[in-house]
Amino acid sequence: MVVFERPHALCDVPLHYCPGCPHGIVHRLVAEVIDELGIEGRTIGIAPVGCSVMAYDYFNCDMVEAAHGRAPAVATGIKRSDPENHIVFTYQGDGDLASIGMAETVHAAARNENITVVFINNAIYGMTGGQMAPTSLPGQVTQTSPYGRDVKTAGYPIKVCEMLSQLDGPEYIERVAVCDVPNVNKAKKAIRKAFQNQIDGKGFSLIEVVSACPTNWGMTPKEALEWVKSDMIPYYPLGVYKDRSGKEETK
Amino acid sequence: MITRQLLISGFGGQGLLFMGKALAYKWLMEGYNVSWLPSYGPEMRGGTANCGVVVSENHLIGSPLVANPNVLICMNLPSLDKYEDKVVPGGMIFVDSTMIERKVKRTDVDVYYIPASKMASDNNMIVLANMIMMGKVLQVFGETDEEAIKNGLSKCIPPKKAEMFDVNMRAIQLGLGYEAK
Amino acid sequence: MSEKVLMKGNEAIAEAAIIAGCRHYFGYPITPQTEIAAYMAKRMPKVGGTFLQAESEIAAINMVYGVSSTGKRVMTSSSSPGISLKQEGISYLAGADLPALIVNAQRGGPGLGGIQPSQSDYFQATKGGGHGDYHLIVLAPYSVQEMAELTIKGFDLADKYRMPTMILCDGTTGQMMEPVTFDFAVKQPPEKPWAVTGTKMEREHNIINSLYLQADKLEEKNFERYERYKLVEENEVMYQEYMADDADIIIAATGIASRIALSSVEKAREKGIKAGLIRPITLWPFPKAAFAKAAEHCRQIIAVELNMGQMIEDIKLATEFKVPVSLYNRTGGVLPDVYEILGVIENAAKGGKR
Repeated sequence: MVVFERPHALCDVPLHYCPGCPHGIVHRLVAEVIDELGIEGRTIGIAPVGCSVMAYDYFNCDMVEAAHGRAPAVATGIKRSDPENHIVFTYQGDGDLASIGMAETVHAAARNENITVVFINNAIYGMTGGQMAPTSLPGQVTQTSPYGRDVKTAGYPIKVCEMLSQLDGPEYIERVAVCDVPNVNKAKKAIRKAFQNQIDGKGFSLIEVVSACPTNWGMTPKEALEWVKSDMIPYYPLGVYKDRSGKEETK
Repeated sequence: MITRQLLISGFGGQGLLFMGKALAYKWLMEGYNVSWLPSYGPEMRGGTANCGVVVSENHLIGSPLVANPNVLICMNLPSLDKYEDKVVPGGMIFVDSTMIERKVKRTDVDVYYIPASKMASDNNMIVLANMIMMGKVLQVFGETDEEAIKNGLSKCIPPKKAEMFDVNMRAIQLGLGYEAK
Repeated sequence: MSEKVLMKGNEAIAEAAIIAGCRHYFGYPITPQTEIAAYMAKRMPKVGGTFLQAESEIAAINMVYGVSSTGKRVMTSSSSPGISLKQEGISYLAGADLPALIVNAQRGGPGLGGIQPSQSDYFQATKGGGHGDYHLIVLAPYSVQEMAELTIKGFDLADKYRMPTMILCDGTTGQMMEPVTFDFAVKQPPEKPWAVTGTKMEREHNIINSLYLQADKLEEKNFERYERYKLVEENEVMYQEYMADDADIIIAATGIASRIALSSVEKAREKGIKAGLIRPITLWPFPKAAFAKAAEHCRQIIAVELNMGQMIEDIKLATEFKVPVSLYNRTGGVLPDVYEILGVIENAAKGGKR
C-alpha cells in the first residue's frame, strides 16, 4: 500500500532549495491541489525571478519563466489567450511580487484577472544572498540593512494582503503560514480554494504564504520556524482578508 | 491633372482636416493618387492647424509634406501670415474674407476671396464654412460635377451621421455658385 | 476589403494585424501612435479578440510575452519613450525565441523628447535595444500601403524565425492618410509545438524560458540563434532602388525621409543631375549588398536621416569606405523639405562639401 508519494504534478527531479527551505512544502501543496482538481493538463505555471526561478523545472505542467516582477502580466496574456481552458498560476517571492512587480500585482488584482497567485513572503531576497526585502521586518538585519531595517530611512514593510483587500477588484485574498502541520493543512485548503475560484471563473485569488529562509536569516531550520511564529506572524496576521463570494472575513 | 499640393490652414475646429479628407476622397474615387497629412501635437492646441493634401497622377506620391503649396486655403489670419510667402509662383490662394480682413500681398499668384464664414452664418450652417470654401476651390478647379463630389463626401460621413450629408452638400453648392461681386 | 480606402498609417497597421490573425493587443497610451490602440479597442471585441490597456508599457510587453508563449499572434505598439520601457521584455522575447510584433512610431528624443516624427531609435531597434546578444527583424514602411503590408509580413517573419519583429515607423507615416487596399493572401501560421497550451497529459511539459545557468548551454543557445539570424540575413533582405543604377549621387533614406528624398531625387533628375535613391525596407537585416554594389559605381552616398547619424554607420560598413558617405540630417522632430535635400544633392553634384 502506498502511503506517501510524489504528486504527479511535481517532476521527479531534485530541487535546488537549501535545507529547511519551505519552498519544497509549498511546491508540494500546489502540486497536490493540481492533482486533486485534475487540472494538470490545462495548467500553465509562471515562475518568477528569485529563489523559485527554476520552478519551471519542478512542475509537470507547462511552464513559463517571466521577467522579474512581471509574472502577473505574463499570466494575464496566457489567461486571455484561452480563458475557457487555461488554468494559470504565478509563484512569486516578496521581492518579485511586492517590490519590482508591485504595479503588475496591483493591476492584475484590480482587473480581477482570473488567475491564482501564490506569494511566498520570507522577508528577504534569497537568490541574491539575503538583502532587505519590501517585507523585511523593522529592525531585521540583512546584507543591505546591516544595522537592522531602520524605518526612518528604509521605510516600513508592505502588508500585501491588507493592501490588496482594499481594492474592489480581487475575489479572494488570504494569508497562511507553513511553520507547522496545522498551518500547512490550512495553507493547502487556501491554495485549493484559490485554484477552485479560477475554475469557477470567480477571478483573482492571492494566497500569501508566510515562509522562512533559514540560510539567509542565519538560523537553523527549527529556529527559523520559531521566528516565523514569534516575529513574522504577529506582524503579518494570518487569515482571510477578502472573500467576495464567501463573504467570510476572519480578519 | 498636374500634381496639386494643397495646404489647408486655420484654427482647430474649423473642419480643415475634414475638408482635406473630402477633397482627397473625391480625387481618390476619380482614380488619382492622394496623400493627406495633418499637423498634429501642440500645433493643434491653439494657433493654427493645418493639413496638406497632395494629389497626383503618379503611382506614388513623393513627399506628402506640403512645404510649398500650389494651392493655399486660409481660414484665419495667422495662416495667411505664416504661409503666404511659401506658395509657389503661379499658385492660388483662397481666403475666407470674413475671417481675414487684409488682402494678399503677393502679385504672382491668383487670389480668390470668399466670405465663407459669413455665408455659413447667413445660411444657418455656422460650422460649414469649410465646405463653402471647398465648393469655391472646386469651382475654380473646374470640378463642378456634383456626382463626383457626392462620391467623395459619402466616404467621409459615417452612416450614423447620414443626416449631415445634405447640409454639407448644400454648403458645397453655395461655394460652387459663389462669384465675387 | 479590397476596395481602396483612405486610412491613417496607424489604423492600417491595426487593420492589417487583424487580417493577419492577431487577436491580442496590449498597449499603453503615448503620442503619436495612440490611433492603433483606439482602433484595436473598437475592433477587437467585434472579432472576438482581446484589447487590454495595460498599466504600463512594461506590463504590456509582458502580456505580449504571455500570449506569444501560447503560440498565438500578438502585438503591442508604442512610441520611443515607451519602447525604451519595453526593452526588457523584448530581450526576454528574443531570449525565449518568441515571435511578436512591436510597433515603434518614433518621436524625437532622448528623454521625453518631443512628439514630432523622428528616426532616432535606429540604433536601438537594429542593434538589439535591450541587454544580451540578439536582433529583431526591423521593417521600415514609407507609405500607408506598406504599413499594412509590412505588418502582415512582420507576423509571418516573426513566426517563421521565432523572433520578434519591429515595425519602425514615425509620427508622420502613422498620422498621414493614403489609399490602402487589404487584399492580401494571408499565410497560415506554422505549427508551434513549443507553445504552452497545457500538456493535456499527452506530452512532456513545455517550458518557455531564457535562463541558462550553465555557461556552455547558454553559449550553445546563442550560437544556435545566430545560425537562424544568418538565414534571415540571407533570405529576407528588402530594399528599393530608385534610379540608382546609373546614379553618381545616391541618397540613402528610409521611412518618411525617403518619401521626401524621392521628390528631391526626381527634381535633381529634372535638372540633369544623376541622382538616385536606395531605400532600405529591412533595417535589420540591412541591405549590405545593395550598398556594396552602389559603391562600385556612384561618386557619393548621402544618408538623409532624422537623427544625428545612425544608419550612416551601417552604410559605411557595407561600402567598406570605397566611396565617401556623408550625412544630411534633421532631428528633434524637424523634417527637411524637398528643396533642402535638393540643395544638398546639387552641392554634391558640383563636387562641393556640405
